[in-house]
Amino acid sequence: MAPIIQIKNLRKSFGDRVLYEDLTIDLVPGETLVVMGGSGSGKSTLLRILMGHLTYDGGNVLVHTHELSQFSRRELNAWRLSVGVLFQTGALFNSMTLRENLALPVREHTDLPEELIDIMIKIYLQLVGLRDSIDRMPSELSGGMKKRGGLARALMMQPRILFYDEPTAGLDPVSSAQVAQLILDLKEKMNVTSVVITHDMKAAFAVADRLALLAERRFHMVGRPEEFRTTTDPLVRQFVDGLLDGPLSAKADQKAYEADLLKRETL
Amino acid sequence: MRQTIEMIGDFGILLKDSVAAVGPALFSGRGRRLSWRNLWLQMNRIGVDSLPIVTLVMACIGAILAMQMAPELARFGLVPVTADIVALATFREMGPLVSAVVLTGFGGSAIAAEIGTMVVGEEIEALEAHAIDPIRFLVVPRLVASVIMMVCLTVVGDLAAIVGAMVVGALFLHLNPVQFYEHAVQLLTVGDFVTGLIKAAVFGLEISIIACFLGLQVRGGAMGVGINTSRTVVMTIVALILTDLFFTTVFFYLGF
Repeated sequence: MAPIIQIKNLRKSFGDRVLYEDLTIDLVPGETLVVMGGSGSGKSTLLRILMGHLTYDGGNVLVHTHELSQFSRRELNAWRLSVGVLFQTGALFNSMTLRENLALPVREHTDLPEELIDIMIKIYLQLVGLRDSIDRMPSELSGGMKKRGGLARALMMQPRILFYDEPTAGLDPVSSAQVAQLILDLKEKMNVTSVVITHDMKAAFAVADRLALLAERRFHMVGRPEEFRTTTDPLVRQFVDGLLDGPLSAKADQKAYEADLLKRETL
Repeated sequence: MRQTIEMIGDFGILLKDSVAAVGPALFSGRGRRLSWRNLWLQMNRIGVDSLPIVTLVMACIGAILAMQMAPELARFGLVPVTADIVALATFREMGPLVSAVVLTGFGGSAIAAEIGTMVVGEEIEALEAHAIDPIRFLVVPRLVASVIMMVCLTVVGDLAAIVGAMVVGALFLHLNPVQFYEHAVQLLTVGDFVTGLIKAAVFGLEISIIACFLGLQVRGGAMGVGINTSRTVVMTIVALILTDLFFTTVFFYLGF
């Protein structure tokens, strides 16, 4: 099956800081790809690049074989409409109720009657367990509810692809499990293709068809959950098992720390 | 220096894109059209809420102008001319400028803070992720509302100033309101009224576009919102004065 997204030798830097040197991966229809990596490794940046919010310095990002950076405004909007995004904070519009948040994209892009929009809103809110909060403002919702509300809004345009940015971050274990179950349900019921950005190992293994570990400016390993469970690669083991010692622990840190202290002393 | 040039360039792009988006936003079909509900909400927020304060301030300014002018004019036996001077100064200058300053404090700062908070909360990215253009959805309604309400506020402000001066005339200058009104109307031309309203419309555009620009430029969380909100007020007032000087010079040379 032809990949939906092909990332080839992607390069991205912010000033002097190189984020990716050679990022390569494909996204196959129907799969759930989980991208893992430490804080600051560029997981969320990857989603921003895929949504066309950020440009890249080199390499290719092909969407249905077309280069993303060459998309016209119209093509980019069509691509964005086919993708649903769950932002890290939910990113609900604070000046609108949950109902208005969900209605907005449909009102903006379709001529559906209000009665039908209202039914859709209730269906998706029921799916994420928030139907009782339909007329609440985002400020009245907890962190987990905001995320679920954001997910319901992302589903309103019935996307074929879903991007989840840290869907379980900051949630209690029960809410995390609920969100992970939602991801699985959506795949099963709507057959969506998903990219999940996370460093929550439990959720990652629960939802992934494939896992990719972003480390040292490239995908260090891409494979099925069983491969990640059984690999002896020290870097993967350290990340997956949460070990203190290993390749990911910056050995240069001690030297940098000492140098910083000495510099301060001389000032 | 480079940062300043980039900022001016970005501002120019936002101004061009926003003005270009007004026409399609008003007349296009769904998905590209301005939300009337949103426009109404912005007009209320920006304009209607500023109405009492503009009325109060302009009535006071009319009264102050009358009290400042009258003693000097009395020396030449020209007290009734107070009405002429107050009307001319208000309609051409004070009405649009003072209303714009009040609107900057009320509407401009609110726009910058609101949009800045939306930037911090990933709401702008969420709009783009839903293929909703933030310029059409956020900037255009505020721009249109600000221009319309600025013109309306100026008309109300002008009238409030005349009433303020009229009260002073009746109480302290022995000018009855009818006499005051006749003097004021005699001197004023349509040109005085129109030049004031042209200024008001341009001021409205300035207030909204600077506020939206600085709101969208917010970086660094709550502190960034605070910095750009106060920067909006300062930069807008400076821009208003400079624009006023430019218009007055142009009208002076054109003989308006």
